[in-house]
Amino acid sequence: MNERQHLRLRVGLLGAVTVLLQVTFVSQIRIAGGIADIVPLVVLAVGLLCGALTGAVFGFAVGLFVDIALFHWLGISSLLLLTIGFAAGRIQEARDPEGAFVPLFGAAAATLTYVLGYAIIQFLLDVEAPVSGVILRQTLVTMLLNMLLALPVYALVRSWLVPALPTDPRRRRRRATTTSLSPLSRAR
Amino acid sequence: MYDKSVRRRRAVLGLLVVSCLILLTATFGSTGGAGFFNEVISPIQEGASRALKPVRDLVGWFGDTLDAKGQVKDLRTERDALRQQAVAAQAAERENAELRKQLEMNQALGLDAYAPVGARVITYDPSVWYSRIGIDKGSGDGVKPGMPVVAPGGLVGTVEAVTRGTAQVTLITDSSSGVPARTNVGNPPVQGVVESSGAGNPNDLLLNYTPPRREVRLKSRIVTAGTNSRKFNSLYPPNIPIGEVTRVDDAGSDSQQVHLRPYVDLRGLEFVQVLTAVNGGRA
Repeated sequence: MNERQHLRLRVGLLGAVTVLLQVTFVSQIRIAGGIADIVPLVVLAVGLLCGALTGAVFGFAVGLFVDIALFHWLGISSLLLLTIGFAAGRIQEARDPEGAFVPLFGAAAATLTYVLGYAIIQFLLDVEAPVSGVILRQTLVTMLLNMLLALPVYALVRSWLVPALPTDPRRRRRRATTTSLSPLSRAR
Repeated sequence: MYDKSVRRRRAVLGLLVVSCLILLTATFGSTGGAGFFNEVISPIQEGASRALKPVRDLVGWFGDTLDAKGQVKDLRTERDALRQQAVAAQAAERENAELRKQLEMNQALGLDAYAPVGARVITYDPSVWYSRIGIDKGSGDGVKPGMPVVAPGGLVGTVEAVTRGTAQVTLITDSSSGVPARTNVGNPPVQGVVESSGAGNPNDLLLNYTPPRREVRLKSRIVTAGTNSRKFNSLYPPNIPIGEVTRVDDAGSDSQQVHLRPYVDLRGLEFVQVLTAVNGGRA
């Protein structure tokens, strides 16, 4: 099995476990009137670690899985999650952010995009009832819960994917240093 | 190379977006999802759900505990409020029963003719003598010293002193009290004066000064004698129940002592009525 297949396998397993965990466990735990949603967090992490293309495909596949598992119309979650995965990957490719809190703020943005985007699309397509302020409160609670989970989830995803990544992000980010034996040091 | 990568990326992205829109269009309006896929993943979902149930329950337990703790304060406040309401309701029910009894007594004895003024007992004699009570009606309500005071059951005492809004009532168990009384039966009835049998006993009165050799039977009812004389008006209207004969010492002798138990529980008074239209009031 080459590196690419190894990565695909790990990403595929990650997606399946994420959706099952979300559907069977996380979504059934209500805290302060809201529930956490680890799906956008995992998609964000995959996008940040693997790039835009992998992030987009992963988001699309996971979204499809979510929609199938929850008997939603197919395509809504896919569209939103592929957007999140692609955007996270493009940020990583274009900016290569090093801040430790990037996953945290990314989680807030991804959650808002996913939850509000889903609500807006549903509202535009089907929901005829007036919009309640409760939606905003629940979105806020979900966003806060996701921010709490963002760093652990990112760390877990990273530890799961790093062995299969063609370039270890840690290694890539390590700064170049010189030792006293280097001719560059002697030139000073 | 870079252009190729970018083109590939854009192509994949476009393909995915188009796929999403096609899927959305295709499944819009249906019950959603794909039946075949659902049949495949349903057992997996079920298995995962069962496997994760203990963890879910554990987390749920923590959540429920936190919620319960948050509710404790609210529930305690609610409980206190309900307790107060229950106490108030019980008090209102008791007061209602008391007032109903008063009303019945007024109708039975014709006390409405004496312009009764209802009053609430606000002070009790703190001593063991049970000789006085304070009521929340005074001269501003037409209450004057000497007016008789009754409660559901019978006679209570007389007004001793008044202020604008309150009055002191001397109970019939006070050693200074004397009420002209008679038995309710007999022709002629046995007359006497009801007095205290000894300070400190609210459950025992004496019917003194009974005529010699007039027998008074046990359980006879003693009522106020009253008068209809304009010249010698009694302080009390006639036929107000006072008590029931419980014991007769030296029965039939000149010095017989007739003991009676007052009908009114003088230690548990809540509402009384002052009869303001009796001639005996000392203005």
